[in-house]
Amino acid sequence: MSTVATVGPRTAAGGFDLVRALKEAGLAAFVAFVLFVPLMGFQLVGQEGRLGLVYRPHWVVVGTVTVFLGHLAVSFLRAVRGPARRARGEAGPFARFFTVHARWFGVAAALVAFLLPFTPFGNRYVVDVATTVLIYVMLGWGLNIVVGLAGLLDLGYVAFYAVGAYSYALFAQWFGLGFWEALPIAGVLAALAGILLGFPVLRLRGDYLAIVTLGFGEIIRIVLLNWYDVTNGPDGISGIPRPTFFGLEFKRYSAEGTTFHQFFGIEYSSLHRVVFLYYLILILALITNWFVLRIRRLPIGRAWEALREDEIACKALGINPTNTKLTAFALGAMFGGFAGSFFATRQGFISPESFTFIESATILAIVVLGGMGSQIGVALAALVIVVLPELGREFEQFRMLLFGAAMVGIMVWRPRGLLAFREPTVRLHGRGEGEEAPR
Amino acid sequence: MTAPLLEVEHLTMRFGGLVAVDDLSFTAHDLRITAIIGPNGAGKTTVFNCLTGFYRPTVGRLVFHGRFGPVLLEREDGYRIPRHGIARTFQNIRLFANMTALENLVVAQHNRLMRASGYTVLGLFGWKGYRTAEREAVDRARYWLDRMGLLARADWDAGALPYGDQRKLEIARAMCTEPRLLCLDEPAAGLNPRETAELAELLVEIRDRERIGILLIEHDMSMVMRISDHIVVLDYGRKIAEGTPERIRTDPVVIKAYLGEAEDEALPEEVAQDLARLGGGD
Amino acid sequence: MLYFLQQLINGLTLGMMYGLIAIGYSMVYGIIGMINFAHGEIYMIGAFISIITFLLLGVLGITWIPLALLLVLVLAMVFTAAYGWTVERLAYRPLRGSFRLAPLISAIGMSIFLQNYVQLLQGANVKAVPPIVTGGWILAEEGGFAVRVSNVQIMIVVLTLVLMAIFSWIIARTPLGRAQRACEQDLKMAALCGVNVDRTISLTFVMGAALAAVAGLMATLYYGVVDFFIGFLAGIKAFTAAVLGGIGSIPGAMLGGLLLGLVEAFWSGYFTTEYKDVAAFSILVIVLIFLPTGLLGKPEIEKV
Repeated sequence: MSTVATVGPRTAAGGFDLVRALKEAGLAAFVAFVLFVPLMGFQLVGQEGRLGLVYRPHWVVVGTVTVFLGHLAVSFLRAVRGPARRARGEAGPFARFFTVHARWFGVAAALVAFLLPFTPFGNRYVVDVATTVLIYVMLGWGLNIVVGLAGLLDLGYVAFYAVGAYSYALFAQWFGLGFWEALPIAGVLAALAGILLGFPVLRLRGDYLAIVTLGFGEIIRIVLLNWYDVTNGPDGISGIPRPTFFGLEFKRYSAEGTTFHQFFGIEYSSLHRVVFLYYLILILALITNWFVLRIRRLPIGRAWEALREDEIACKALGINPTNTKLTAFALGAMFGGFAGSFFATRQGFISPESFTFIESATILAIVVLGGMGSQIGVALAALVIVVLPELGREFEQFRMLLFGAAMVGIMVWRPRGLLAFREPTVRLHGRGEGEEAPR
Repeated sequence: MTAPLLEVEHLTMRFGGLVAVDDLSFTAHDLRITAIIGPNGAGKTTVFNCLTGFYRPTVGRLVFHGRFGPVLLEREDGYRIPRHGIARTFQNIRLFANMTALENLVVAQHNRLMRASGYTVLGLFGWKGYRTAEREAVDRARYWLDRMGLLARADWDAGALPYGDQRKLEIARAMCTEPRLLCLDEPAAGLNPRETAELAELLVEIRDRERIGILLIEHDMSMVMRISDHIVVLDYGRKIAEGTPERIRTDPVVIKAYLGEAEDEALPEEVAQDLARLGGGD
Repeated sequence: MLYFLQQLINGLTLGMMYGLIAIGYSMVYGIIGMINFAHGEIYMIGAFISIITFLLLGVLGITWIPLALLLVLVLAMVFTAAYGWTVERLAYRPLRGSFRLAPLISAIGMSIFLQNYVQLLQGANVKAVPPIVTGGWILAEEGGFAVRVSNVQIMIVVLTLVLMAIFSWIIARTPLGRAQRACEQDLKMAALCGVNVDRTISLTFVMGAALAAVAGLMATLYYGVVDFFIGFLAGIKAFTAAVLGGIGSIPGAMLGGLLLGLVEAFWSGYFTTEYKDVAAFSILVIVLIFLPTGLLGKPEIEKV
């Protein structure tokens, strides 16, 4: 194991060995210096059509000193607090508390979400951002079925999101289907895409699966970009019909029939549609949540988790691994498809640009940070990841950098995610009864 | 006389140039404990892997008289074999470590529960038939947890259980599939003498109470000699002897294969005393 | 026919670059059984470091191209290798013995991190590099169509062959190579026999990164453009090459790279360029399904 990292500069007495810490920090700073010199120290810039270099020695100095001090600080903390409880996937008391009382947090969160548009903060901007958060929550929960429960690493989840979005856009364009008719179709098509992809590749080892799904995501995007006749290529599809409230449109006037504000006899406001969209995705997300919580306690859900733990043992118990994985894949894809068609109807315009690998990576980051298998964790992670870039341009710029670093950090320190504490799907004894498991 | 449960005929398994099992034939009977013994690398686990569909035999016929009549195991997909009534455990325990002991046992009843949940659709909406089936599954799990003395630890993560308990839980999990033939791959490995003795008793009890056949790979000669009804001895993939424990114990070929090891260990009298001293009756 | 020859030449050149990157995937996979997703980014970093060092040498007054290129080659290999080493040390070593998906997720995180790290430091725009190695030869001419082989292409092929020879020698003849082969067989046993496993793995990453740096330099010279995103596609394709050749096998990686390069060249030569990436991915899927051990790989026996 990684003895160097866990032991750190601790003397036998448990004190802090300054000399050793300094030596190690110096070494780290040296490595950092080597890393930083070429890429930080010089910047490539175009000058009059030619490439030139900008010198930034101060950046290297700052970077190296930061690494030195940072390393020193970490060594010190480790010596004071003892070796971290790393890499064993144990949940902290905080995560435990959160998960055990997940129901109450969930109810409270849902309540807040329901009331949000009527609170003083519920202006257009906030509701809009909240809608985006909920899209990612839904996507995170959908992907959580695949990654968190079934333990299959899907790096092309955005493909199913795209299938859902384009299904709705195209069905609306060609057959004049409305959102409600197209929604199930989009889900089914996305699920079919999942089965189509999953059937050949789910027998593969986990890491092969990851890269094949990554490739699949790219294939879908390339096809969307180049299949001009159907997808309109990089220009995308615009004029996608907006959803209606049981047939009532959110417009000032409508050529056919009454509109929402006329029917209810209220003043027209463009906010109505924004709020309606918000409630729509809220309900879709809650359905997803209900589904996942429910299916986790069904035999198929338990089989997913068992498969994640040990595929060979599953076979010996008569579980068909391919079909079981395929179900996870298809259901995860289906929710991606639902979210996709919601995305299409909300934007009114879609293009392949919305379905890049970055998107898949973001959703995966949400699942990983939130804790694989933890519903509330995923929701919180989605909130953080969407709201963070809204706080300022700096965050926006550093967003993906932070995600990447966070994914590595989580795997190193808390491999089960920040909020991962697994609640059994079935219990024999009540809490506190039976023998207490060792901590 | 008991009926044959499993007939292995001319089983051969080659890995490239290596012949792991060579023309092996034997029969395991219902209501009997059949032991496969032999030195390390004799091909015992390979036999198991062929039986349970993890390897496809190079040559041979494996007839199992299962739940739906006789079936040729070498033609079945691995995951289908348990349905016919074969369950197995693994040499290096394979539990679902992050799931609780109870969940491990419920997962073992997957196929029955899948049907009861209308392949998930009915279960999703809380159909009553499924809830009954799940309760039954939990009851069956409770029964086996109780038999193994694990009831109080039912909600522990399987990975958190002590080693001996993990072995027991794996047997319980196999039993929850309601097998006709229970295949155990070195169940006593890593257990202390006391636990081994308990295990021996448990296996006899399972044979007699559940009325099934047991196929056992084991290194612990004392246990094998004490509880087996029939012993097959392998060496370098070949069967070198077969018969009752009494016969095997005195077979010169077997003794030679074990280089005298058998003489030291195969002392059933001692084990019998051990068992008696440990209060075998309950 | 001449057109065919031209595509062959282009395909071989491309294939050599894929092969060099693929070796990095294959070596790492062989030893610790993981896909180093960040390897494509290492290649991208290699390309950036190559240009930066080249421009720097120009500033220092080293303008004789052969000498400059040699220095760039060495410096790029050294600096990129430092990145390879650091990636392993920070993102993978602490995860040995963690759960199955952990190293994969960490690798993806690392990949995203490095991509954005370079984007932030060097800007998102495409960097056009002035042609450094110019000139070429016309091999045949007929009816206005000439088969050309450029000096860059010759350089790429020769350099790859030389590096392949050196690396094969390292693996076959040196103590490091022996340690690597031992780790490949059985990590635990190798450790028990006194092989410094951590060091061997680190050096494997260093070697892989150095080769990727060479590929980065070649791509810079060949295409003349570099941006922070080139590692993504190159990474997937090189991985495809590694799988095609049989992951874990170094000659396999080279062979897979060449085959993939040829397929891509002929695909864009005879069909359409838009879907050439789709062709590469399709090969990946088909190979994984029908020939999971690749062309030169060893079958994996599932241990129960």
